[in-house]
Amino acid sequence: MASRTDFGPPNYKDMLPPVILKNYGLWKYHEQVKPGVLKHVAESGDELFTVRVGSGRLVSTDWIRDVCNIAEEFCGGHLRFTSRHNLEFLVSDKEQVEPLIALLKEQGYAIGGTGHAISNPVHTQGWIHCHTPATDASGIVKAVMDDLYEYFADSKLPAYCRISLACCLNMCGAVHCSDIAILGIHRKPPVVNHDVVRAKCEIPNVIAACPTGAIRPDPKAKSLTVNEDKCMYCGNCYTMCPGMPLADPIGDGISIWVGGKISSARTPPRFSRLVIPFIPNNPPRWPEVTDAVRNIVETWATYAHKHERMGEWIDRVGWERFFSLTGIPFTVQLIDDYTLASETFRSTPAFKW
Amino acid sequence: MAEDSKTPLLDQLEEGPWPSFVTEIKRAAETKDSAKDLLHQLERSYEDRIGHWKHGGIVGVKGYGGGVIGRYSDLPEEFPAVAEFHTLRVNMPAGWFYTSEKLRELCDVWDKHGSGLTNMHGATGDIILLGAPTKALQPCFDDLEEIGFDLGGSGSDMRTPSCCVGPGRCEFACIDTLDLLHNITMEFQDELHRPMFPYKSKIKISGCANDCVASVARSDFSIIGTWRDSIRIDQDEVANYAHEGMDIQAEVVGLCPTGGMKWDAESKKLSIEDGECNRCMHCINTMPKALRPGKEKGATILVGGKAPIVRGALLSWVIVPFMKMEPPYDELKDLIRRIWEWWDENGKMRERLGELINRLGMRAFLKAVDLPPLPQMIRAPRANPYYFWDPEEVK
Repeated sequence: MASRTDFGPPNYKDMLPPVILKNYGLWKYHEQVKPGVLKHVAESGDELFTVRVGSGRLVSTDWIRDVCNIAEEFCGGHLRFTSRHNLEFLVSDKEQVEPLIALLKEQGYAIGGTGHAISNPVHTQGWIHCHTPATDASGIVKAVMDDLYEYFADSKLPAYCRISLACCLNMCGAVHCSDIAILGIHRKPPVVNHDVVRAKCEIPNVIAACPTGAIRPDPKAKSLTVNEDKCMYCGNCYTMCPGMPLADPIGDGISIWVGGKISSARTPPRFSRLVIPFIPNNPPRWPEVTDAVRNIVETWATYAHKHERMGEWIDRVGWERFFSLTGIPFTVQLIDDYTLASETFRSTPAFKW
Repeated sequence: MAEDSKTPLLDQLEEGPWPSFVTEIKRAAETKDSAKDLLHQLERSYEDRIGHWKHGGIVGVKGYGGGVIGRYSDLPEEFPAVAEFHTLRVNMPAGWFYTSEKLRELCDVWDKHGSGLTNMHGATGDIILLGAPTKALQPCFDDLEEIGFDLGGSGSDMRTPSCCVGPGRCEFACIDTLDLLHNITMEFQDELHRPMFPYKSKIKISGCANDCVASVARSDFSIIGTWRDSIRIDQDEVANYAHEGMDIQAEVVGLCPTGGMKWDAESKKLSIEDGECNRCMHCINTMPKALRPGKEKGATILVGGKAPIVRGALLSWVIVPFMKMEPPYDELKDLIRRIWEWWDENGKMRERLGELINRLGMRAFLKAVDLPPLPQMIRAPRANPYYFWDPEEVK
């Protein structure tokens, strides 16, 4: 077995290119040279060019070796990834920037994701590797980004737009503060398999895992019952207990949320809000989802002021205008009825038609 | 499965300009049966519109309580090479910086033991090695240890902390996010590798209020760089931005959330009323050559952020408006330990820190971890008369 434990990750200092070691903490300013290309200038006058490319997040070791080859040719073997699954080539020799870009284009890499663009969507595993998904993740992201590719490759939006996808309410992708969140949801309560519950589950923990108190003990069966009127299909019980499956081809699908942000620039961070409660799963390319996302992006791009994020635009025009401008039908599911729901109700007759 | 079985649905995801994960699975499938079976099981999911993975079991490596996620196919007879297809979470270097040499070593280990498929990176920040059978886990970890890669977190432990690019490449960084991340990751190895808490606990570090790692939404402890003095202004560069066509009144001054900026177009002078600045970063983002954070730097500490499960999503709340952030970071580590202790003592199973604070009250939290109440902690004081007094205070 391994001779040691708890030795920790590789030290980042051993990973940094010489230009960063020399100018660490001494960067003066940056600018976007063109979409996908950043220039950082240090107090010393040194320049570091970054060429950003999108990745599908799920990559093979062959792909990693490919990008290592490129980094060795142009970047002294140095590269990094971003918090949104982008790959960044770190180029300290200005003369190498254009040849690198030419090679990346020739080999079909997606250059972009900087400035007022749609960056790489943060997303989860979906049907590829998760046991609780209500939809796939990589397939929808691929379809959405194929469709919106022009907004990744160019910086032509009013502000940047963060799209994220989580394949269930567990939200491993923590999509709840995105300009546009694509969230897989279930719509049917769990089907209790009493034999599995008896054999494999800690009953008090399953009961405690339910946010709405819908699960009660069934002492006779030494199992559980679900009050289906109270269940809102979060799947937390299934995470605790494999005897409570709720995935279903008809029940499962996509919801769309908009207007969240993380940055504190201008306005504080905020949650995304539900605007489309359900779109059925339609693999392999989910056309109803790509249409919905494009409609929201382009309506925002048409009406927003420069620097105005999705949520800031909606603040200015009002939610009622968001629905009239996008043409998205308003349905009862959009009205909150969870804890503290009334904070979202309007208390003034001053609103728009 | 049949060698020549087709994947007509997934094949459609090889078209188009965005990088294709299907192409990546097929590349790995050239040499790995598990990648081949993954592809075909996924095609089945696309036909059936449902996932085909079973609930995880307990798998792992010696000496560790977390870091490996058990995963089993629910169609093991059809797809035997993914009957067991477990994930290793491998702790990434701070800031996701790599040398090609290090990545090649990692690829060699993963090709030897697993599917050849990875996520660069998972949502929390780890390198995800996607898919290995139970018997391969320990040998894989042994080889990872040889090349200096340790496991990340899973289950009810401190999850792998992450940080933004920080001083490595960003002039906005008000704290050394990379050093702080590496330091606390090494400090809390036991908490990272041996689940012992009520539920998961996440730490994320951003160098400024742009929060590029989404710490405020995604972590129980959000550490966000800021400054306490004044924004530094280079008036010549301000004038240059104006000269190059930027509408400073509309794009900068007009969007300042505090109304604390003035632009004199005649004299080309920008002024900032420093007492009003809330350090939101908008003006600095817009004119990085002309405006820079102040010099008295540190971090704001916020706690409680999380995704919806169990009781609903929360954004982190300010609990320390300003803390100096210098090695060995003892003040921060001491605070994190005090908070973990209170949470561990009072938290119910699967109750995150923010949910516990909601249940017991911010008042109880502040008292327990010995932090003073400050107006920076709130958006507004309460609007209801339902508050408590300690009998000791009523004398």
